[in-house]
Amino acid sequence: MKILVCITHVPDTTSKINFKDNNTKFDNSGVQYIIGPYDDYALARAVELKEATGSSLTVLNVGLAETEPTIRKALAIGADDAIRVDADPVDSFFVASQIAAQAAAGAYDLILMGRESIDYNSGVVHSLVGEMLGIPSISPVMKLDISGNVAKLTREIEGGKELLEVSLPLVAGCQEPIAEWKIPNMRGIMSARTKPLKVVQAKAVDSGVRLLKFELPPPKGAVKMIPADQVAQLVTLLKTEAKVL
Amino acid sequence: MAILVFVESADGKIKKTSVEAVCYARAMGGPVTAIALGTVDRSELESLGTYGANKVLHASDEKLGQGVIQACASVLARAMQDEQSDILVLANSSLGTPVAARVAARINASLASNVVSLPDTSSGFVVKKSIYTGKAFSYVELTHPKKIIVIRKNAVEVKQDGNPAQVTPYKAAYSDGDFAVRVLSSEKASGEVLLPEANIVVSGGRGMKGPENWHMLEDLARTLHAATACSKPVSDIGWRPHHEHVGQTGIKVAPQLYIAVGISGAIQHLAGVNSSKCIVVINKDPEAPFFKAADYGIVGDAFEIIPKLTEAIKAAK
Repeated sequence: MKILVCITHVPDTTSKINFKDNNTKFDNSGVQYIIGPYDDYALARAVELKEATGSSLTVLNVGLAETEPTIRKALAIGADDAIRVDADPVDSFFVASQIAAQAAAGAYDLILMGRESIDYNSGVVHSLVGEMLGIPSISPVMKLDISGNVAKLTREIEGGKELLEVSLPLVAGCQEPIAEWKIPNMRGIMSARTKPLKVVQAKAVDSGVRLLKFELPPPKGAVKMIPADQVAQLVTLLKTEAKVL
Repeated sequence: MAILVFVESADGKIKKTSVEAVCYARAMGGPVTAIALGTVDRSELESLGTYGANKVLHASDEKLGQGVIQACASVLARAMQDEQSDILVLANSSLGTPVAARVAARINASLASNVVSLPDTSSGFVVKKSIYTGKAFSYVELTHPKKIIVIRKNAVEVKQDGNPAQVTPYKAAYSDGDFAVRVLSSEKASGEVLLPEANIVVSGGRGMKGPENWHMLEDLARTLHAATACSKPVSDIGWRPHHEHVGQTGIKVAPQLYIAVGISGAIQHLAGVNSSKCIVVINKDPEAPFFKAADYGIVGDAFEIIPKLTEAIKAAK
């Protein structure tokens, strides 16, 4: 089996979000970058499947040269090789088009990624890729088992879950508890340095969306504290002041 | 601008989030056609007219009610063609969002998800999206002639002032290949308020000390007609099911009122709740970081405060 895992290079979940250049660019000063947490789950499950089935595992990122340390980390966790599509990942349709092009060229059986990136949160790339390749897409996947050519998956739905079965090839957007995050060991880190990382040109895409500007939410007002023995007062405030009851 | 709205249902009832989608389409102007798939109560379908649907299409094939993504996408792509729709509006859900994406890729439409307010059409067609897990917004122009918009909860005010609509049976077009994904079984909490759709959410953290104490939160939730939720540590240790976990890697909620009990307020938890209109925090630790993100706070023992709060709400009704 050939597995492709697509990863994002995103600010750490504790990052303070700020913008620069008149709110048109993300301000990355002092920001630590990580593999997207959902992508990390996808990668962890892919490493398990690779070990169990003797599959090959390629990791793909759409990003500029600055994402290479993040890609090397994925190699250290257990991917065999990597592809970086050399472009700024400006929108979902653009990113999905790049993934679909690489996936078609590599004839992968299983394409995994996170359910969404934690920067733009669109949560649509897996479905776009599935449609572009004309194959099924399933998200968010909490459990994934492969037996021969058939995948069994558990998908989270509102207030519950559903058990699905589908033949490969397949695109899946992953989330916990599909696998435990893996921390690279020293041997992995050493070997990652020499694993192949291919840089490819992006294809031109008119995605039909144009980012104009960013905005931060208005600052939150001060909290109003209510004494523990005045619970009725809270109910009154929720009714008359906040108007939410 | 002809608008098509994908209406989701559960147990024959239209989902509240889909009612919002109809209201959103109406507020945009232009004729609104709603389309529902599978088995749905007739009175529910007719009621879509009162929220602004000019026309209601119903593809009643039972098979379509399973919520298979590719099948729904095929039906909607074809319906947009049949109805000559310029815009497709859907509510964000485990079905709506993936379906929107597949339709967009199929018909080459501009796609925007997590949209939080009505589009600005004064110059082009610009939507506002929630990004960085609720910590920021982006303004995005949709430039293709066909557009697909996936809205977040509370993107528009729900107004009901029209007349019931006529329901037109719709012959849906799909192929066997659309059912390549087979649904073997599904488990759903029934008779409860579903978390992603709830207007009020009552959420508990490790401060609740154990699953046996959740009945207090459930009583409060029932009184408020609210959904229950929890923090990540609580679902990780198995006190509560995963689909109740709110936060960065769980469900993102945007209710009118979020009541957090015994949750310290780690930044990853706040990321899942920061779109709430009003936040109440109850915690015994006055230094809990959650108070900084709250509108109202009470420092004290949750096991004493929660039953009192439930009683006070009953008394105020």
